Amino acid sequence: MLSPVNVSLESLNLITLAPMLIPVIGALLILVIDVIKGGLDKSLYVVLSILFLVLDFGALLGAAGVFTKDGNMLGLFNVMLIDGLAILSQFIIVGASMLFIPLAMTNKRFHEFSYPEFFALFLFMISGFQFMVSTDNLILVFVGLETASLALYTLIAMHNRDKSFEAAVKYFTMGALAAGLYSFGAMVFYALTGSIEINQIATVLAANNYVDIGYVLVGVVFMLASFSFKLSLVPFHTWAPDVYEGSSAAMAGYMSIVPKIAAFVVSMRLFEFLIHSGVVWLEIVLWILVVVTMTAANIWALVQTDVKRMLAYSSISHAGFVMAAILIGTTQSNTALFLYWILFSFTNLGSFSMLWMSRQKHIPDHQVSDHSYDKFAGMIKTAPVAASIMALFMLSLAGLPPFALFWGKLYMISSAVTGGYTVLALIMALNSAIAGYYYIKLIVYMFMKEPVIGNDGHMYVSNATLALKSIIGFAAVGTIFAFVLINPLLEFITAFVYNSGY
Amino acid sequence: MLDHILSILIFFPALAAVFGFMIHKDSMRAYGVAVAVIEFALSLWLWFSFDNGVSGMQFMENIPLIPSFGINYILGVDGISLFILILAAFFTMIGIASLTDTPNVKNMIITLLFLQMTMIGVFVALDGIVFYVFWELSLVPMLYIIGAWGGPMRVYASVKFFLYTFTGSLVMLVGMLFMAYFFYQATGVWSFAILDWYRLILPESFQLWLFAAFFVGFAIKVPMFPFHTWLPYAHGQAPTIGSVILAAILLKMGTYAFIRFSLPLFPDASVYFMYPIAILAIIMIIYTAMVAYAQKDVKQVVAYSSVSHMGVIILGTFALNVEGISGSIFLMIAHGVVSGALFLLVGVIYDRRHTKMMDQFGGLAHVMPKYATIFGIMMMASVGMPLTINFVGEFLSLLGFYEQSHILTLLAGMAIIVGAIYMLAAYKKMFFGEVTIEENRNLPDVNKRELIALIPLVLITIWLGVYPNPVLAPINKSVESVVQLMHNKASTDEAKLRIPNVTGVVISKTTAKEAH
Repeated sequence: MLSPVNVSLESLNLITLAPMLIPVIGALLILVIDVIKGGLDKSLYVVLSILFLVLDFGALLGAAGVFTKDGNMLGLFNVMLIDGLAILSQFIIVGASMLFIPLAMTNKRFHEFSYPEFFALFLFMISGFQFMVSTDNLILVFVGLETASLALYTLIAMHNRDKSFEAAVKYFTMGALAAGLYSFGAMVFYALTGSIEINQIATVLAANNYVDIGYVLVGVVFMLASFSFKLSLVPFHTWAPDVYEGSSAAMAGYMSIVPKIAAFVVSMRLFEFLIHSGVVWLEIVLWILVVVTMTAANIWALVQTDVKRMLAYSSISHAGFVMAAILIGTTQSNTALFLYWILFSFTNLGSFSMLWMSRQKHIPDHQVSDHSYDKFAGMIKTAPVAASIMALFMLSLAGLPPFALFWGKLYMISSAVTGGYTVLALIMALNSAIAGYYYIKLIVYMFMKEPVIGNDGHMYVSNATLALKSIIGFAAVGTIFAFVLINPLLEFITAFVYNSGY
Repeated sequence: MLDHILSILIFFPALAAVFGFMIHKDSMRAYGVAVAVIEFALSLWLWFSFDNGVSGMQFMENIPLIPSFGINYILGVDGISLFILILAAFFTMIGIASLTDTPNVKNMIITLLFLQMTMIGVFVALDGIVFYVFWELSLVPMLYIIGAWGGPMRVYASVKFFLYTFTGSLVMLVGMLFMAYFFYQATGVWSFAILDWYRLILPESFQLWLFAAFFVGFAIKVPMFPFHTWLPYAHGQAPTIGSVILAAILLKMGTYAFIRFSLPLFPDASVYFMYPIAILAIIMIIYTAMVAYAQKDVKQVVAYSSVSHMGVIILGTFALNVEGISGSIFLMIAHGVVSGALFLLVGVIYDRRHTKMMDQFGGLAHVMPKYATIFGIMMMASVGMPLTINFVGEFLSLLGFYEQSHILTLLAGMAIIVGAIYMLAAYKKMFFGEVTIEENRNLPDVNKRELIALIPLVLITIWLGVYPNPVLAPINKSVESVVQLMHNKASTDEAKLRIPNVTGVVISKTTAKEAH
């Protein structure tokens, strides 16, 4: 006979769930509103989403306050783990989402935003990513990952172009494969250690002194492949440019930031303890993965003719650059990862928003694709402000000081130097130089070529509304004045990362 | 106000550039000249208030920027940087004043003012990262100037210029990060302050690697012999104003950085690499002089002669004694004045004939006597005739290196004679003989606007050639303390021997403390 389970409500520590539940409630509310009265304008849903994200952000601030006082929090049968990494990454996830959602307020009508389901799915996705980062239970990671990914596939498909369906299916197939690999990896670790909690796995493996190193490596291979798919590391990146091309520019910018930070946090939890325990093989494989991703993606980006595809490859390269932090695995490098990603998020979102703002419904004859380079020729003559802002984002992505991303690169390369990875530091620096070429290429088109006849500059801002302009303005100001923010950010992140033991 | 004069010097042009967007394009030139004159006056005021008796840093400012990572906004000026700074302010003024009819003149002037901000910033920054920020930022306006107003191959030239320099400086950045890390290991605090780094004595093996990393960044900028290929393209395609600023100021960033970073931070490595670098410098002098002789385009002659003289500056710097280094700093200023003037002069004839090919000219001395006279004076200065500004610098640089090696100095001296040959040949082709081409017969002589730009340069050339002391004395003072610092820090016997002990110099400790 089963004995009654006695669980006190306090021991569940339900407050740890608050940040994830807020977007879920928001999503349900949006669905309910739609059931009661359909056909409402998208602005309602945009504002509702923003409101719930603001609440979510507030809940995170609360959690951050508790963390600074009491340290790590466990909850819900010790499945939830709210540590510094979880809080920092949720800040990035929610913050980037807040920057993304106003981009729905375009001037032209785009199909996907007229459905309330878009916003509901969007909020479900955020909640999924939040679950994924705030646990070290491999099953909950999986649940979060799949919730978020399935929602994301649908969001991409809703863009309603032929290429979008192709992109969604491609992403879905690859995602399914990654999910399969992930569950295999988790299974191997469970078989080895009898646990699905990463800290338990680490303890058991350390206790028996890694006798089953062969099996550990098998598990690591599966996990590494799975996360490489999610992070689009070479050679698992093949889906990325097509998916970016197929989805709307705003969504592509979003995809280059939020899903990746979630995957970074999980790989940080999983791989760093292995590297620290002296799994040299993993260190070598990661080293190669990082270097190949950075370099190859940069070289592919050089030959692109479409700005969006170029930015897609550049995002891959940036992901490789940041993956180096997990390889180095010191407090400084983990801090650098978060710093880099915060700075990257508004720079990259800004540049994708610029593309989004210039999205045409019908492509003129001289243009090969949506955002081919020659579309931007002579932009300084027809739309000087937009051209200057775009150039600013490009220079920031190239790592030119004093713009935002330079500080991220600086700290990241410094962490490689401090961690003893001298060659890696040099490769990282030289890759920034290669990357300089394709960012400059766009500036060359904008500033040094003549505009196409008949182009009055209106098309660069054809989609602009106040909401879009404010987001871009916010990103531009953040990019220029980043140097003021670096010190408080650095101190905040270092404290959080250090206190969670990474 | 004097406390923050350096910040004002940096950010005044930038602020003026931002406000410049509001000015109507017809009034833009006057606005640009006004701003540049104010900036130049401020720089003269700085010179006036500068204490010649102090060897260390003056007018220091220190604002924490990223204290947890040791990055602070530290500025300061000493005898080494003072005159290059004034030169930068002066040439921006001359450049804007002499700007000929340019399309999009408003964008050009705004870009020039931004460029001025970065140039001044490089020469007064005393924090590695702040230095790096301005150093890299200076690429963007120049990229735009070459790429938007240049010749037919302007895009290629500007991108090549950008990528070359960008790559080099990223390697230097890694070097800086190592330097800060070693400082962290030694003291437990992160610091990018140059004056802090000066106190750090590194083992020779570290010095060699770090020297190499910094060398890549600086040598590409100078540009030294194997890395010089971007420069002829940049000069060939750049508009006159671009070439003038590039030759007069931007190239000096590299040689200045050698004196500010490489020598005092890595004295042992400097001695170790002295001969290889001197040999590179001599190859640079001779090879580019020969290339210059073969050119048909007068602007390329001036460009290659400019590279050739940069070789003498490097040679003087790596003499590692007071005469050599002082001479090389003086030569930086001289080279700025003379090559800047020569590029302006080439611009004058290009505006009239829209060609730079020397075989299109000939007999210009009959048609444009004033132009021929000024060109003649500058050409003489360029080949290093006594009583002109270049002579002082070249003589001191070679004298300094003579103490290290007689043979190499002799070779370098020979090369300067080659320099006389190609410059005189070019002058002969352009100015002497009969006027053979009909179009040249009615060319107008230099006009008032061009004279405003050229006359001051001629005056400076002769004034500092006859009486260099007002400039040389403060330079000497600061160089003595640098050399003394190097001597004190040197750990190998070889280095102690090569770097002389400057007796009677006390390195002013007060300024080093001010950095904290």
